[in-house]
Amino acid sequence: MATGAWPGSAGGIALRVLVLGLIVAVALWAVAPLVAAENWIGVGIVVVVTAAGLLVYLTPRRLPAKYLLPTTLLVLAFQVFPVVHTMSLALTNIGDGHLGSKQDAITAIETSSVKRRPGSAEFRLTVAEKDGDLVFLLAEGGRAYTGTAEGLRPLEGATLGAGGRITAADGYTVLTAGQASARGSEITELVVPVEGGAIRSQGLSRAYRGTATLAYDAVCDCVTGQDRIWRADEEQGRFVSDDGQALAQGWQVDVGLANLTTALTNPKINAHFLGVFGWNLVYATSVVVLTAALGVAVALVLHHPRMRAVRAYRTLIVLPYAMPAFAMLLVWRDMFNTDFGLINKMLGLDVDWLGAPLTARLSVLLVQLWLGFPYMFLIATGALQTIPSEYLEAAQVDGATAWQRFVKVTLPLLMLALAPLLVSSFAFNFNNFNGIFLVTAGGPFPADNPTMGATDLLITYTFRLAFGQQGAQYGLASAMSVYVYLIVAVLSIISFRRTRAFQEVDR
Amino acid sequence: MPRPMKTLAGALALGLVLTACGGNTQAQGQPSSAPAAAGDTTLLIWADQMRSDTLKPFAEAFAKENGIKAEVVVVAQNQQQTFTTASQAGKGPDVVVGAHDWIGNLVQNGLIDPIQMTEDQLAGYVDVARKAVTYDGQVYGVPYAVENLALFRNTELAPEAPGSFDELVETGKRLKAAGKVKEIVGYPVSQQDGQSGDTYHLYPLYTSAGAHLFGTTAGGDPDPSELGVGEKESVAAFERIARLGEKGDGALKRSFTSDNSAAAFNEGRTAFMVAGPWRLADARKAGVKYDITPVPGFKGAEPARPFVGVQSFFVASKGKNKALAQEFVTGTLASAEVARALFDAEPRMPALNEALTYAAGKDPDVAKFQAAAENGTPLPAIPQMVAIWGPFNTLIHAAVKGEPVPPAVEAAAKAIAEQLEQ
Repeated sequence: MATGAWPGSAGGIALRVLVLGLIVAVALWAVAPLVAAENWIGVGIVVVVTAAGLLVYLTPRRLPAKYLLPTTLLVLAFQVFPVVHTMSLALTNIGDGHLGSKQDAITAIETSSVKRRPGSAEFRLTVAEKDGDLVFLLAEGGRAYTGTAEGLRPLEGATLGAGGRITAADGYTVLTAGQASARGSEITELVVPVEGGAIRSQGLSRAYRGTATLAYDAVCDCVTGQDRIWRADEEQGRFVSDDGQALAQGWQVDVGLANLTTALTNPKINAHFLGVFGWNLVYATSVVVLTAALGVAVALVLHHPRMRAVRAYRTLIVLPYAMPAFAMLLVWRDMFNTDFGLINKMLGLDVDWLGAPLTARLSVLLVQLWLGFPYMFLIATGALQTIPSEYLEAAQVDGATAWQRFVKVTLPLLMLALAPLLVSSFAFNFNNFNGIFLVTAGGPFPADNPTMGATDLLITYTFRLAFGQQGAQYGLASAMSVYVYLIVAVLSIISFRRTRAFQEVDR
Repeated sequence: MPRPMKTLAGALALGLVLTACGGNTQAQGQPSSAPAAAGDTTLLIWADQMRSDTLKPFAEAFAKENGIKAEVVVVAQNQQQTFTTASQAGKGPDVVVGAHDWIGNLVQNGLIDPIQMTEDQLAGYVDVARKAVTYDGQVYGVPYAVENLALFRNTELAPEAPGSFDELVETGKRLKAAGKVKEIVGYPVSQQDGQSGDTYHLYPLYTSAGAHLFGTTAGGDPDPSELGVGEKESVAAFERIARLGEKGDGALKRSFTSDNSAAAFNEGRTAFMVAGPWRLADARKAGVKYDITPVPGFKGAEPARPFVGVQSFFVASKGKNKALAQEFVTGTLASAEVARALFDAEPRMPALNEALTYAAGKDPDVAKFQAAAENGTPLPAIPQMVAIWGPFNTLIHAAVKGEPVPPAVEAAAKAIAEQLEQ
């Protein structure tokens, strides 16, 4: 391979042809819908990626690129894109009431404003066609009409069926439900103007007389009706009337840095930041230290040459790791119940575990320790196997005690393998949403402050702020996650720097 | 569950939004291929497991009659959130089954269409159901079932229905002292997570003490501009609730959730339980001799008003077959036949008078739940209700735990008001 020549085996070539064929196939499969949607940016991306793939893999040259390309693409797709996407969401007001475009909002406002005329009779509707144009055949009280965008006209020569519906009419082709449904949007949009309102379809077999009480006027960029005018406010993304009332349906607009500054300046949000941040640090650090300590300790015990039934123990220990954390967290939560929980029942206690700040914090740490230590145990077990026994024997010959051998020889060598994982474990637990949310939901909350609970992490705290107010506020939530991301990134960079100290041992 | 699990519902929301936006390119592709042959039309219905099993034959019959296809998809979790996200991405259903209190949020997101029914059709529904699906003067859903809390009583332990909640507590205490039961009452004070109070279950007691959450507009909708939390009635209400709590009578305890209350009742560890019709099946299976009466109010106070939830069918604004969906919802799903079938699958009070008569004849408990609903108020459908849950849940826990009530009420009122302002 180092020479850059093709490996000669027939199997290798076959595999290469297969993979290249797959790349092309996937590209073609992906391009078709994109072209149909006229999404040229998407097509461009597919073309560029496919071209790069073929360029790199068709020739024996560019060996580093063969490894770099897939990694780069994966990083772009799963790391860079989500981050960029979150950041771009943070610049908008997207959230409940502001999910779609302005046009969506206008449609929704007009549709939901159509009021049925009180006391008006219901028409039996038959959807028909004349020269390709959609026509409503309407029957009411034994009389038949045709309804088009021009208006309502009496209809001669109609056959009325059992339910009072027109089943046939001269010169009109009655559509079956399937045919009608295929033209569903035309049917919904067809409005038959009549005096004092209009006739609209209600499904495929009924029509009613109703009036749209609100209408959008493009000239003034406003919605009028109900004796009021709501003007479009492009900064808020909603229609606002002169007296400050807004229509419920809004749209998504860019708000610039507003979300990012709100997160910093709104006293409701930043007042408790330090408290939450402090506990967040304690939580993440404690979880990492505790799981690592227990994991290493158990690994050492099982590593002892005189230990028997190691395999059985290992299986048992790894069990918590193998079980779905989601379910286990819920089980733990129920075990902490004061009156019905297993823990109080078994120990004969009456502790309000999750109801008092200190015990609640202990509880979430305990749960995470149970969930997390098997991972550390696995890593430590692997690392222990790689430590040559000569080192320890030499230390023993030199008169080192067991403790000294552990601290001076085993631990530094273990840390080589463990240190990067401790950093990533820290980053994970810093944002361990499930670990908190499913057990305590951030609680217990002090009676005088329902926004910040004793076990809240930044992420659960953020979550409550972003989704508790007026429904979901994805824009604000994204802005806050950008900050959380920055905090974790800075902490991780610092930790990685610090762990370089251990690499000295390697030299 | 009768109540929006806002907390969990949002848990996946961020992730879902990312998926939704990522899926946009594909979603845009679909309209262009929409004018396909009629036979390709598929009416897509989203329902929970139980409803989906019942609705499937009706959907299939409707599809056959109209020469189309119909598909009923089970959405078990976070239905409202999933519906919102999927609709926004152009992948939503044509018809969705849900609770009436989704309406406010779905309307502000422009995701459901009004359903135009004649006065005659509307008159076929029980009053509370009709009121619940009417939002801002417009009907947005076809109701099919009504559910609300009532008091389950073990008739072997407590033959007489208590006249007031105070009487209930006395009876419970006596039974506990006599060693016949372990708990005074199975009252779900906490949500399933055990960590926050349960506004839905506590609301009857709160209202019995004369307090309210929102004012009422001229049109009869809840008025978010007038907040009842923080007023002196609400402090008085929580004082009374606190007296029943852990530092008082010990009737209300934070350790009680809906599940363990039911377990306690079904195993005879308590004589009373406050629960909805969704607990009927379990109680029957457990073989407890029970009776159902309205949740009693405090002695000499107002009646306890449970929240009434109305299960409904909605037509999605962004569905691909809106005309068909309207037809299916107002024609097939609004029929007494469907309402009867849904009742047979799960004993919840039907919203349609005709089906209610059928159900009441078949199951005496239906009339009892109906009686319990009489004093009820529809769960507010306005989106502002979201601001209530969190702070109010915390407030319930504080009061039941025995923390000083006035500052807790004040803190909750402040938190709610701040959220409403935004």
